[in-house]
Amino acid sequence: MVNTHGPQNDIYRPEMATVVRSEPMTALERFLEFKLDSGGELGHMPGQFAEVSVFGIGEAPISISSSPTQNGSFQMVVRAAGSVTHAMHNLKHGDKVGIRGPFGTHFPVDGEMKGKDIVFVCGGLGLVPVRSAINYVLHHREDYGNVTILFGAKSPADRVFVAEVEEWTSKESVTYVETVDRGDEEWTGRVGVITTLMTDMKVDPSKTVAIVCGPPVMYKFAVMSLHKMGIIEKNIFVSLERNMKCGVGKCGHCQIDHLYVCQEGPVFRFSDVSEVQEAIQ
Amino acid sequence: MSIKKIDVETLNAWVDGLIQKQKVVGIQAKSDRFAFGPLSKAAELRLDYDVSILPPKSFFQPPRETVLTFNTGVGYESVIDSEPFVLLGVHPYDMTAIVQLDQIFSQTSSDIHYMTRRRHATIVVADVQAVSPNVFAGCMGTSYLEDGYDVLLTKIGDDYIVDAKTGKGEALMPALADAPDASESWLEQRKLVWEHNRQRLRKHELKADPSRWPDLLEHAYDHPIWEEKARLCFSCGSCNLVCPTCYCFDVRDDVNWDLSSGERVRTWDGCMLSGFAIVAGNLNFRKGATARYRHRYYRKGRYVPAKIAGQIACVGCGRCITACVPNIANPVEVFNRLTEGN
Repeated sequence: MVNTHGPQNDIYRPEMATVVRSEPMTALERFLEFKLDSGGELGHMPGQFAEVSVFGIGEAPISISSSPTQNGSFQMVVRAAGSVTHAMHNLKHGDKVGIRGPFGTHFPVDGEMKGKDIVFVCGGLGLVPVRSAINYVLHHREDYGNVTILFGAKSPADRVFVAEVEEWTSKESVTYVETVDRGDEEWTGRVGVITTLMTDMKVDPSKTVAIVCGPPVMYKFAVMSLHKMGIIEKNIFVSLERNMKCGVGKCGHCQIDHLYVCQEGPVFRFSDVSEVQEAIQ
Repeated sequence: MSIKKIDVETLNAWVDGLIQKQKVVGIQAKSDRFAFGPLSKAAELRLDYDVSILPPKSFFQPPRETVLTFNTGVGYESVIDSEPFVLLGVHPYDMTAIVQLDQIFSQTSSDIHYMTRRRHATIVVADVQAVSPNVFAGCMGTSYLEDGYDVLLTKIGDDYIVDAKTGKGEALMPALADAPDASESWLEQRKLVWEHNRQRLRKHELKADPSRWPDLLEHAYDHPIWEEKARLCFSCGSCNLVCPTCYCFDVRDDVNWDLSSGERVRTWDGCMLSGFAIVAGNLNFRKGATARYRHRYYRKGRYVPAKIAGQIACVGCGRCITACVPNIANPVEVFNRLTEGN
């Protein structure tokens, strides 16, 4: 048996990263920030994901939540839903993880979003990957037209990035509107599903690009509402979740019909997947 | 490259000579069936086999392999577990499947674990002598090969033609230096063997030429056959397990007793298993047996071909037909039905 130690060309070998921030975000989600031990940048674009390895537990695909305009580290927000994300909730400052990636397609922040009005439609944890694009756009604010962020959460307690949202709201150059499915005693904001935010919204469809990310059930209805606003499928981008186990188009787990989400996604132009039967639930 | 004609005694001496020099894996009897395994002497070799229980892909993508080792807090190291070996007695349809996997594992991001084993292997293909119960390679254009192998053995009468096609194959030939070169008439006879095999490796008669499969599937997504067949499916994954072109895998970490070191292990997986498309939180993107059954046929006839220049990812070995308990896994039946329309 030849045991070759760490050939650089092994696509399955993670590089090491260190946790530099770990704090609870909601009752279910944890915010984590990492630095690669190599000192290099992850080199991602908004919407991409990375494979995170927790020693002895395994590896899972996780969206990158920070913008590449933030140098020196990258951020993720995870809900404890599977074994790896449960283990990630126990990560402390200074702990080591393995990272592979970034993988997949990204929101076209450097392409056709430029010069356009942007509508971000985020349901729940859908804000996590989209936050990368939002902060990228805000960093290069002059490159884009109107920016509207629509956010829907199950309840006030489920809202993520609350402090950062305050910041966005305070900016004159951003329209931020949010709603919750169910309010509580202190909630004075809007109540209803995310599409209720779109019924009275006016956009110029000829120069608007929409970004949609949320739970699987949300896409069909969000896209229908965008259609009503006059935004055509070609100008809508969605990020789809699947089990991107290997990240390199081999293992087969993330396939949506013929599409490998880890390579041809997770960000798709909606017109490319609207006829793909397994894509939208 | 050399093409020799040898008798059975010379063949056995040649194989015994190979075994003395390096690891040789060959086809041999296992109870009343056949399997590939390490060969200790030429007498064990059964080139007269009909089909092996499992395809020889397991020597390149093992059912379970260690991909990495880890030490908690320190890092991950690659494990490349491979040594040079000769794989003896692969049938042409299985060689076709290996050539397809070579493309899958080398394209875009090359898989060093698969490719190292592949590079280490010298594959001796053997033309089929005995017809297995469910083979339909003759309909798939995979009953014989003119390239893709390192060495090809074809039995003609009581003798064999040994044809070295590549440098790796040629490296096995010095021991046969004294054997006569195969004459033109012998090569003509080999063509007759190929034609004979093309005609007889058809235990199921395919009405739709394989080149039509992608088009047939383009309009068959809602065809009733998927549900009719899948209704009987146990979701056991046997068809995936025995398929020479199935390569999907799962990865998991095994921790040692010190609770700090361990290994990352890759195992075979199958798209027919009910949990294949589950994500964390228990959401299953391919929940019903019908969707899984259809997905497998679309992979064979459309999705994988799109990745490998149109080659159909079914080589007609018939193992799935034999392995399927409720008898719903016959690709010929499925595609014949699709040719008839609804």
